[in-house]
Amino acid sequence: MVFDGEAAASLVKELRLSFNSGKTRSYEWRISQLKAFLKMVVEQEDQIVEALRSDLAKPPLETVVYEIGMFKNSCEVTLKELKQWMTPEKAKTSITTFPSSAEIVPEPLGVVLVISAWNYPFLLSLDPVVGAIAAGNAVVLKPSEIAPASSTLLLKLLGEYVDNSCVRVVEGAVDETTALLQQKWDKILYTGNGKVGRIVMAAAAKHLTPVILELGGKSPTVVDSNVNLEVTARRIISGKWGCNNGQACISPDYIITTKDFAPKLVDALKIELENCFGKNPLESVDLSRIVSSNHFARLTKFLDDDKVSGKIVFGGEKDESKLRIAPTLLLDVPRDSLIMSEEIFGPLLPIITVNKLEESFDFINEGTKPLAAYLFTNDNKFKEEFVKNVSAGGLLINDTVLHVVVHTLPFGGVGESGMGAYHGKFSFDAFTHRKAVLYRGFTGDGSIRYPPYTDTKQKTMKALVAGDVTGVVRALFGWS
Amino acid sequence: MEFFSLETNLENDLNNMRKYYESGKTKEASWRESQLKGLRNFVIENEENILKSLKKDLGKHHVEAFRDEVGILKRSIDLAIKSFRKWMSGKEAKLPQIALLSSAEIVAEPLGLVLIISSWNFPFGVSLEPLIGAVAAGNIVVLKPSEMAPFSSSLLGTVLPNYLDINGIKVIEGGPEVGEQLLHKKWDKIFFTGSARVGRIVMSAAVEHLTPVTLELGGKCPALLDSLSTSWDREMAVKRILLAKYGSCAGQACIAIDYVLVEKSFSSTLVELLKENIQKMFGDNPKASNTIGRIVNRKHCNRIKSLLNEPKVKESVVFGGSMDEDDLFMEPTILLDPPLESAIMTEEIFGPLLPIITLEKIEDGIQFINSKGKPLAIYAFTKNQTLQRRMLSETSSGSIVFNDAILQYVADTLPFGGIGDSGFGKYHGKFSFDTFSHHKAVARRSYYTDFWFRFPPWNLNKFQLLEEAYNLNYIGMLLVLLGLKRSKRSLYMACN
Repeated sequence: MVFDGEAAASLVKELRLSFNSGKTRSYEWRISQLKAFLKMVVEQEDQIVEALRSDLAKPPLETVVYEIGMFKNSCEVTLKELKQWMTPEKAKTSITTFPSSAEIVPEPLGVVLVISAWNYPFLLSLDPVVGAIAAGNAVVLKPSEIAPASSTLLLKLLGEYVDNSCVRVVEGAVDETTALLQQKWDKILYTGNGKVGRIVMAAAAKHLTPVILELGGKSPTVVDSNVNLEVTARRIISGKWGCNNGQACISPDYIITTKDFAPKLVDALKIELENCFGKNPLESVDLSRIVSSNHFARLTKFLDDDKVSGKIVFGGEKDESKLRIAPTLLLDVPRDSLIMSEEIFGPLLPIITVNKLEESFDFINEGTKPLAAYLFTNDNKFKEEFVKNVSAGGLLINDTVLHVVVHTLPFGGVGESGMGAYHGKFSFDAFTHRKAVLYRGFTGDGSIRYPPYTDTKQKTMKALVAGDVTGVVRALFGWS
Repeated sequence: MEFFSLETNLENDLNNMRKYYESGKTKEASWRESQLKGLRNFVIENEENILKSLKKDLGKHHVEAFRDEVGILKRSIDLAIKSFRKWMSGKEAKLPQIALLSSAEIVAEPLGLVLIISSWNFPFGVSLEPLIGAVAAGNIVVLKPSEMAPFSSSLLGTVLPNYLDINGIKVIEGGPEVGEQLLHKKWDKIFFTGSARVGRIVMSAAVEHLTPVTLELGGKCPALLDSLSTSWDREMAVKRILLAKYGSCAGQACIAIDYVLVEKSFSSTLVELLKENIQKMFGDNPKASNTIGRIVNRKHCNRIKSLLNEPKVKESVVFGGSMDEDDLFMEPTILLDPPLESAIMTEEIFGPLLPIITLEKIEDGIQFINSKGKPLAIYAFTKNQTLQRRMLSETSSGSIVFNDAILQYVADTLPFGGIGDSGFGKYHGKFSFDTFSHHKAVARRSYYTDFWFRFPPWNLNKFQLLEEAYNLNYIGMLLVLLGLKRSKRSLYMACN
């Protein structure tokens, strides 16, 4: 059965009916769903690990820690704090609206669409879905077809564990996604690349649907010379090859360091890479493979670019039959090379060298704003300059990737790396409408607000609007 | 100005503005403060000119103009001057107990070059309120006021720049072609106030550069009028309804009351009360009393006329109904139960026509309201707490006000914005600052406290430890380290 526009429309209609019934709004329903998700990933861990192995040859540890572990953490935080998040917050009122009381009431948006990516197919599907449910919405999830085993498993598991009248999975590729995007949603959260992000936003514009776009970019890693080389090298490795073999939106994309320091950094990286992945990293089971032949070809092109010939100082081995590429370091690549013109999303790490490290800021700011930016240094002043001058979704100093584990920090981009954010309470907020509520009584304002407009009324009103109590009193008594 | 030369000049201007922004000047607190103070001086020194422009553009009485635009702007500017430093300072983010990171904070930074497109009905309020937020947040700004309020636009275009740093803030006047040209440029944010139709155009244009947008649109803001027990309450409610319709730019306001819902049994009393109070507020000859604004232009006069000319709609007029086209004046008009499929009940009225829709029971109003798109505001005049609770939880709107109308606009601790067809994003008070900011996550780590088990090659031991660490479970980690916690994992061994 083809999932076309008609099927999509009928799906949305069904979910709207469910939402309008009020079912998703109760605290009990939301908690029950969160608990079901938790149960699901705990009971089905083996199946999830297997699916990721099939889709990406992802090391089981990466799946368990990043995809499942982070998601579990997210559920637990939500379970613990949801009641508080759902509580209206009081807003202070001033004399201008006296007497009155005001509050901001969180309410669900309605029926929302989550479109996720192939690199962390479970985490990037379930984390936003759980945020939407915590906020009381009905949700449709469209997992990425480029990770087919995960997509099918998500369809199966959500079908078994959660409330299907309000939470659904639609599998498919371009046609199905197009059919979904034609519908009117109350919010869309998309994780992926800028090209499709634009398609999503354009479709959303027709219905005035707000969107969150979690995109990517070239996350720069600036390395100073006053650092502990061993630890720095390991942390870069962890964030690059330790994260789906560099196929992560927040992986360090490239390094900027001084000409003098570069050789030392390269040596340190070589040593630590061998410590982590052995003498034959192409065969290491601790590295994910490249997801598809398309992406393999894309990455190969970077290596075949004339401009980088002779720049490979480590690695470069490929195995097309197994879709594997070994951790590769390139030193001193030209700024106009192919590998420096777009997000790499793979196990290739170019190193750009500059004379003085301060030049790195201009270099970074010449490009589009990335999702993450990293700095390794012991110079406190330099740290502050970095924070002040580099704009990115998030910054992390002296490590890579870890900042997204902290649920009290918003996770999202800026400029080309996206708009909106989620994680922790930000997920709840992302799928919530904060409704302003003002309560008034019938006493309190007499006639001054209303025409006919007399001089006294005008003076009193001026004082009221300015929040000026004395002025109000004076005007009322005719003293001014 | 010739299209091509405007285009080249525009491109140059924007490039220069970006260079200025990159110098970092606008991020400094001193620059932001100077611009806010400049805004304040503009409003104070030009108060009379502002009121005059509003009179010429919209026939607004100077008290209405002061109440709705000047007064509120002064307050907003003062609040921003007082608070922007606090808003600028980073906010610490609580860290989980396990010391993965040594510090985490959220730092507000400007987005860059922002475009503000404002509407004609509150030309100063809707232009400057977002501008306050944009400069408080350290952005550079292009403001495009509406050409449909020409005197106001001119005041903003020619006088306002004298009070501001024109390297960082520009006012570009013009009509739809200028608007379109602007939309095709690269912006770091677009803030739009206007109709849903143009809102879609703005958002579609923003796609090219992945520009985030805030859309402040409109909708049919209903007023639900429950039976009120005392005549004082009834009178108060009626006056507030009238003010929120005819007293707000002659009903041409996004948060004006569009139509009223009332129980059948009360409708004739309501009509009488309305007529009585219209007379008290606006006199026998509202046109001469000049207390009601004018319709903005001929085109809208024709639109309003055609709303009334539909079959059966004209018959439902129980008060008013006549228009003086030359004076762009539409008298306060009340309709009783016009047909629900007519344009006056399906489109936003944006004019001094007040339909009263009668219901069997007032609770039916909830379903009625929900059958239409989500409005910017819902007004419920009732003291019945059950009905209040139901309205609050069973309807959806940008905001909801009980027993009054329009007033939510001046409460700067409340976010002002829509939902669904009435838009998305919000502003006023700190919400304005936030809407023009990027909230950047900043985390720091030290070189101590590293976890050796974070790095490959992976083995079962590291696996367990890492899992406990990510679950923020110190005890678990300790047990594993001491060899006291056995893993249930055989899988790992099997697949290795």
